[in-house]
Amino acid sequence: MQFFVNITLGGIATGMIVASVALGLVLIFRATNVVNFAQGAMAMLSTYIAYAILHHGLGYWLTLLLALIIAMIFGAVTQRVLIRPIQGRSPLNAIIVTFGFLIFLEGLAGAIWGATNRSYPAPFAESGEQLGSFHIAFSPFNLYGVVAVLLLMGVMLVLFRGTNLGLRMRAVAFAPEAARLLGVRVQPLLTLGWSLAAAAGVLAAVLVVPNSDLTPTFMDVILIYGFTAAVVGGLDSPVGALVGGLLTGLSLAWVGGYLGGSLEPMAALALVIVSLMIRPEGIFARPAARRV
Amino acid sequence: MGAFRRAVQRLVAKPWFRLPRQPMLRHLTFAVVAGVAAYFLTNWLSAFNDYEVGQIAFYAIALAGLTVLTGISGQISLGQGGFMAVGAFTLALLYAHTTLDIVLELLIAAAVSAVAGAVIGIPATRLRGPYLAGMTLMVAVGLPYVTNQYNSIFGGDQGLQTPAPSGPSDINPQQWLAWVQILAAFVVLILLANLVKSRFGRSFRAVRDDEIAASLAGIHVARTKVIAFMVSSACAGLAGALFVLSAGITNSAEFPLSLSIYLLAGVVLGGTGSLMGVWWGAILVVYLPTEWATSLAGDLHANQLVSANLAIVIFGLVLVVMMLAAPTGIQGGLRWIAARVGAYFSADPLVTIALPLRDSIVPTGNNDGPGTPSTMPERETS
Amino acid sequence: MQRLSLRSAVRRSRVIVTGAVVAALGGTVALSLSGTPAGAASAATPGVTSTTITLGATEPLSGVASNYGDIAPAIDAVFKWANAHGGVNGRKINYTYLDDQYTPNITSTMTHQLVLQDNIFADIASLGTPTQLAVQGYLNSQKIPQLFILSGCNCWSEAKYPWSSGWQPPYTVDGKILGSYVAKNFKGEKVGFFTQDDEFGFDFLKGAHMEIKSGAVVSSQVYTASVAAFLAGVNTQVAALQQAGAQVVMMASIPVFTGAFLTAANTLGYHPQLIIDGVSGDPGSIGAQAISSPPAGTEALLNGAITAGYGPFENQTSNPWVQVTKKLLQDYDPTLLAKNGLTGDELVGVGVGYTVVQALQAAGRNLTRQGLLNAIANDGKNFVNPGYVPYSYTSSVHFGYEGEQLYKMSNSAPPVVLPGGTYIGVAPFGPIYQTSPGAGPVTVHHGHEDPVPSKLARTA
Repeated sequence: MQFFVNITLGGIATGMIVASVALGLVLIFRATNVVNFAQGAMAMLSTYIAYAILHHGLGYWLTLLLALIIAMIFGAVTQRVLIRPIQGRSPLNAIIVTFGFLIFLEGLAGAIWGATNRSYPAPFAESGEQLGSFHIAFSPFNLYGVVAVLLLMGVMLVLFRGTNLGLRMRAVAFAPEAARLLGVRVQPLLTLGWSLAAAAGVLAAVLVVPNSDLTPTFMDVILIYGFTAAVVGGLDSPVGALVGGLLTGLSLAWVGGYLGGSLEPMAALALVIVSLMIRPEGIFARPAARRV
Repeated sequence: MGAFRRAVQRLVAKPWFRLPRQPMLRHLTFAVVAGVAAYFLTNWLSAFNDYEVGQIAFYAIALAGLTVLTGISGQISLGQGGFMAVGAFTLALLYAHTTLDIVLELLIAAAVSAVAGAVIGIPATRLRGPYLAGMTLMVAVGLPYVTNQYNSIFGGDQGLQTPAPSGPSDINPQQWLAWVQILAAFVVLILLANLVKSRFGRSFRAVRDDEIAASLAGIHVARTKVIAFMVSSACAGLAGALFVLSAGITNSAEFPLSLSIYLLAGVVLGGTGSLMGVWWGAILVVYLPTEWATSLAGDLHANQLVSANLAIVIFGLVLVVMMLAAPTGIQGGLRWIAARVGAYFSADPLVTIALPLRDSIVPTGNNDGPGTPSTMPERETS
Repeated sequence: MQRLSLRSAVRRSRVIVTGAVVAALGGTVALSLSGTPAGAASAATPGVTSTTITLGATEPLSGVASNYGDIAPAIDAVFKWANAHGGVNGRKINYTYLDDQYTPNITSTMTHQLVLQDNIFADIASLGTPTQLAVQGYLNSQKIPQLFILSGCNCWSEAKYPWSSGWQPPYTVDGKILGSYVAKNFKGEKVGFFTQDDEFGFDFLKGAHMEIKSGAVVSSQVYTASVAAFLAGVNTQVAALQQAGAQVVMMASIPVFTGAFLTAANTLGYHPQLIIDGVSGDPGSIGAQAISSPPAGTEALLNGAITAGYGPFENQTSNPWVQVTKKLLQDYDPTLLAKNGLTGDELVGVGVGYTVVQALQAAGRNLTRQGLLNAIANDGKNFVNPGYVPYSYTSSVHFGYEGEQLYKMSNSAPPVVLPGGTYIGVAPFGPIYQTSPGAGPVTVHHGHEDPVPSKLARTA
């Protein structure tokens, strides 16, 4: 029984981390209509820079703030240099470009810092509480993860549904011509969307990194799980990202606990397939009308 | 200059100068000529180079499948490495537990991968664009991991040994393996070339450009997409089986995510949708990680870390730069040159005037399809 | 002249261009290859000239196993020393080691390159189990010695592959030695296992089960050495061991997963007696790769942990072999020492390197590949080596070390000091045990380490 409880708690903790990655994907998709596959790699590079800053003696929170700022600049530059030239073309181009960027960044990080694991600390204690003879595998750090993700989701909901800026960003992403005609400045808003998504990516990465150590490819597997969560929940819904993340995290934990850790990526694939068969747009998405 | 031009036009008009019209004959003629050239090449080269030429051949097979899937059928796949793993492990298990002939083992490996392609291809019919890319990405990462879970069958970290088959005793074993791999590559390319020119190829392209129009025209869209997936994964499976014959062992470490991305880069470099272009991509995939990266790192006096990662960085750059600057790849560039040359030597004034204009007519696709890179000037591949 | 249509004009030009592409393709491939024709004559014994011997290896200089990347340069330092002192039977040793990134298909390509282009005499001290298994068939079929393989697999001493030979103790020997210690000293306590679920773990378990009564084992947990499993963590396995009440946990795990175990145990409040296979025996390796900044609890778990080693550890600074290793590197590869300090890698490198020199010496001036094999089979037991037991090499046994000294990690032992940090101390205790990977008993070895030969100690 304790085993099941501990696994489920672990699944919720993982699910929150996955949801944070999914929120980043949702953010960039809603704001720019592009799925950025290099999201994880960009976050990884920002985390490495944070690591370097941390080792110069700055505290955890100050380093995080600096990393967010650096990530936002990084996101803006990426959008300007890589994405804007191919904006009018078919989505295939953007997919390939972001993938190329992904491995470029991984190679760059490997060339600078190498592949050996580096430790990046957690802001709160990572060991769970003892409740009598019952040891709960849910630590203050896990709680922090839950709070951080809920906050991020809340900010995104408010941004997209409650503010004018959010409305304009959505217009620019999904109906650029109409938006332009109405006087909305398209390019700066797209750049802003990439900036915000890069920041969200870093927030996710610092949640992941205490568990998995910093290496050039540490975000690869999490990106896949984040993608799973986004597909299950709906790529244009922040609430969907959260629910999808929880579902994904729990499924992975149960599969990993009862069947084996190496089956988890396939379990995620199975989850995606099942979700696509039942509800292709995702649980919380509004079905899009197709123009013939 | 005019006299030279007319001489070339006379030469080109002669019936024996053209390749045969019928596609199968044309492809066979081409393959025979190339095969003879390959024979002489492998004899002239050293044993180590034979080994590398063989590697180019099987990567060409994997790239050919991927270029058909992505360029002609319009379904982007990042899972080609995963399907290579399926073929590789199938061969390794057959080798360990049966005494079948190597050719039969290769065919079974391709068939099993085709089945795997169907398993992934069926749910994938509901997806396009980034969703499809993400799903195939999960295949690339997830499939090799499955072998980690069942270590008693798949050998775990040690893997399963797959030594290269030995040929007749008087032939150098590297050369023999290279010939097997080159022969397999030619056979696959001929078959794919015929497929692309056939009714199937036309349905692939119809579905790529506009699914709704295609289904209105009577094409079964989902079935077409799945067939394309199966063709591509069968090629990958065969390539994977040949790959582990070169490597000597089958092990999940040989199929990382980067393999799938390198294959994508190879396809993009050669020209998405171009079967001739796969050779450029294969050369890139074989030489960049090994010789070119190390000698470049040496020239730059770079340290070990940079040297090991230089290939990855360059592959990433290839993908990004090619898509930004030259989306039709090397073959697209060559075709552009060829069209100019053809126009220059053509006797028809209409051609000389019309050709430059033709490039500016951009084919439009359906908005939510993955579409083709919009500067692809013609639909046929060479 | 006919009026040519647009279509046929393009088709004709396509003919020209495809012909040009074929020619260009062939030319590119040919130009980018530096080929010598296949029929080039080779020397009577490849890799041996009147003044040189060429040896080769594939090593993980980058990538996941790159922490072992310092072994090959250390071996090369020994060869440089030998070359500076007249060489071996009048020949200088050239050691070419290539990076295979611990990926078997790259190992295969690099090994083919070493054999076919660099014409190596023998493949010496290449590292990794899957990587060397990949080329075992090839090297044996070409009758090229694949010697002193750095891997604990049982597979290097098989009659099917007579040209392959190992050096470090096979994992079954580790399991037997640690298992017999547990059986004798933790009688009546519940034993659990935490092992990698492939040959490394299986071979270790095989040895341990030969010594520990099955009734004493309460739980046997495995993990898979993959990134996904690392991300998933090992909490479930550790929780299961805790649930079963295992008081002693025997671990055959690589350092990253040993670290994961420690963190999980700390989180769950579980403090068993740890018995750790030598692969993770160096506290520096676990410390460097443990998950996040190890909280104090992890150090407490390691205090009292028992492991075993076949040669001295780097913190035994008064050991003569540790001292001569430092001196040798200071003279012949100071940058290596400056980079990471003196670690287990350098000790392994000097041990293997000096053994290779002795083997080549024993093979004589008339150097052949078979001759080298014979020299090791006949004289291997008498080679001077820095480890705790003599080599076991015979014509049928292709293992080097089959014995280990027990070590205990503790806060009172001399700490392991590396540039990356200071880690818990480890010191020898108890006897030196010896056994074969087969069914024989574990016996106590009553010898001493070989002294450092004077010519090696005399490096100025």
